[in-house]
Amino acid sequence: MKLDALDKRLLETIADLHGVPAGAFNIRRNGQAVERRSTANIEIRSKEDKPGIDVLIRPGTRNESVHIPVILAASGMTDVVYNTFEIGEDSDVLIVAGCGIHNPGEAEARHDGIHEFFVRRGARVRYVEKHYGEGPGPGARILNPQTIVHVEEGAEMILETVQIRGVDDTQRVTSARVASRGRLFMTERLLTHGTQRAISDVTVELIGEEASAEVISRSVAQDESEQLFRPRLIATAPARGHVACDSIIMDRARISSVPEISARHPEAELTHEAAIGKIAGDQLIKLMTLGLTEKEAIETILRGFLR
Amino acid sequence: MLQLQGIELALPNGNGGNNNGLSPVLRGIDLTLEEGKFYAITGPNGGGKTSLARLIMGIYRPTAGHIFWRGEEITGLSITERAQRGIGYAFQQPPRFKGLRVRDLLELAAREQPSDPNGSLLRRLCHSLRSVGLCPEDYLEREVDASLSGGEAKRLEVATLLLRKVQLVIYDEPESGVDLWSFDQLLRVILERHRRGGMTTAVITHHEQVLLQADEIILIAEGEVKARGPRAEMWPLITDRARCRWRRSCEEENDEAGCTR
Ligand SMILES: Nc1ncnc2c1ncn2[C@@H]1O[C@H](COP(=O)(O)OP(=O)(O)OP(=O)(O)O)[C@@H](O)[C@H]1O
Ligand SMILES: [Mg+2]
Repeated sequence: MKLDALDKRLLETIADLHGVPAGAFNIRRNGQAVERRSTANIEIRSKEDKPGIDVLIRPGTRNESVHIPVILAASGMTDVVYNTFEIGEDSDVLIVAGCGIHNPGEAEARHDGIHEFFVRRGARVRYVEKHYGEGPGPGARILNPQTIVHVEEGAEMILETVQIRGVDDTQRVTSARVASRGRLFMTERLLTHGTQRAISDVTVELIGEEASAEVISRSVAQDESEQLFRPRLIATAPARGHVACDSIIMDRARISSVPEISARHPEAELTHEAAIGKIAGDQLIKLMTLGLTEKEAIETILRGFLR
Repeated sequence: MLQLQGIELALPNGNGGNNNGLSPVLRGIDLTLEEGKFYAITGPNGGGKTSLARLIMGIYRPTAGHIFWRGEEITGLSITERAQRGIGYAFQQPPRFKGLRVRDLLELAAREQPSDPNGSLLRRLCHSLRSVGLCPEDYLEREVDASLSGGEAKRLEVATLLLRKVQLVIYDEPESGVDLWSFDQLLRVILERHRRGGMTTAVITHHEQVLLQADEIILIAEGEVKARGPRAEMWPLITDRARCRWRRSCEEENDEAGCTR
């Protein structure tokens, strides 16, 4: 199957891809793998018992990347996929995922990606996941990603998720367990508008000595959209963690942030902060004094905030 | 030429009971700023200098009176429209932004001014930073958030104005928070920009060094223009403390708040 112009545009939006990426990749379109490449150090193979792939990264692999974008360009379709990532000891890699939905019709288009990561001892991985939806019709664009992360001793995972406009309904579930000296940095950026709804449940367990985690969300809710954040940080060891939710609320939107920290060890150190507010008036005024219209000023402030 | 005629300004005082919650901030202001002149605006704290600047920029709307800029009435124009007509204002307290980098802010300021063919945009941005004493390599990629020090933010504010295409520029206490050693340079840059650009410049200031550079000094207190004139004429008045009657004293005798009761 060939990729058409629409596919290429979606790929650009969700994975910054202009043409075929360097390194390993797997492109999935309407529930099927259309193109794939493994490399000497990174093997991608189909799962035998269910839809999805196994991505096996050899120990010690460095400065390599894997792109695994998903495109959904059909109405009335539910695509469920299970991907497993085995990130070998002491490797250092970048994984770019992402899902672009173009729903041409009336019925919903839905992608549920279940991703599980085993970040082995001393490995380091940056995982970027972008979501984007569009379509002329009333058909809903729905994404329900589930991410399960195991950060082993001394390993590090950077998890970045971005969803700016276009996705009508998202329920994101993320759970992570971080072993001793392991580190997890998670940032979530979200913009909802119209009548969209986004829910994000994050649970991070710090189970080893000197494990650490930082969970940060930045979001903007416009029009009548709704957002709910429930980040939970649990420490059962002498570990450190911080949660921060920072949101800009506009129009008639609703946002709830419910950070929870829970310590089960006397040496655990956990903190949280959450803030919801409108765009500061003096920021708007400042940009307007540079000649920007109010609309341009708002866009500039939001773009910066979500960068 | 900028002309203010019969300007009155009232702002919310957070005290709903009095005057519908409004306090007079500027009263009966008639003022003309001529093309190409360098003005210093000074006066006691709370006198109304910043309010006047914000009113000229369109941030505040007068409750009465008219504003004309180069023959056009601008009283009803928005901030954006005034900016597009070449009016600029460097804030007394520059706002901070999460996520916006120094280079983003400078690019926005520079966008009205076409770059000269042999100088790239980036070159101009770097030049503006260097001229206010900020090294581009340290600052370009930094966020304009609360992590900038007070003095750094003030200098960036001036750098932003240097990049804009303006014919009237008001700097609000550019000296505040700027260290002893950098202030000379900052003032030199402001003067140079004034001379090269042939624009009208007004600097709100409490600093003698700035006052000494002014063609004219405008003294604002109690929401009024108390005096104005060429520097030489104004100097005796400004330096004579006894004659500054409008400096409100806070002696215990006129204890209106009842602190001593
Ligand atoms: N946004 C506002 N709302 C209500 N009152 C204000 C507002 N801004 C200023 N004022 C009041 O108006 C008066 C003039 O303030 P302004 O900031 O113009 O003084 P200033 O001359 O710039 O003083 P300074 O030298 O301290 O900067 C003060 O009494 C101040 O409290
Ligand atoms: Mg002031």
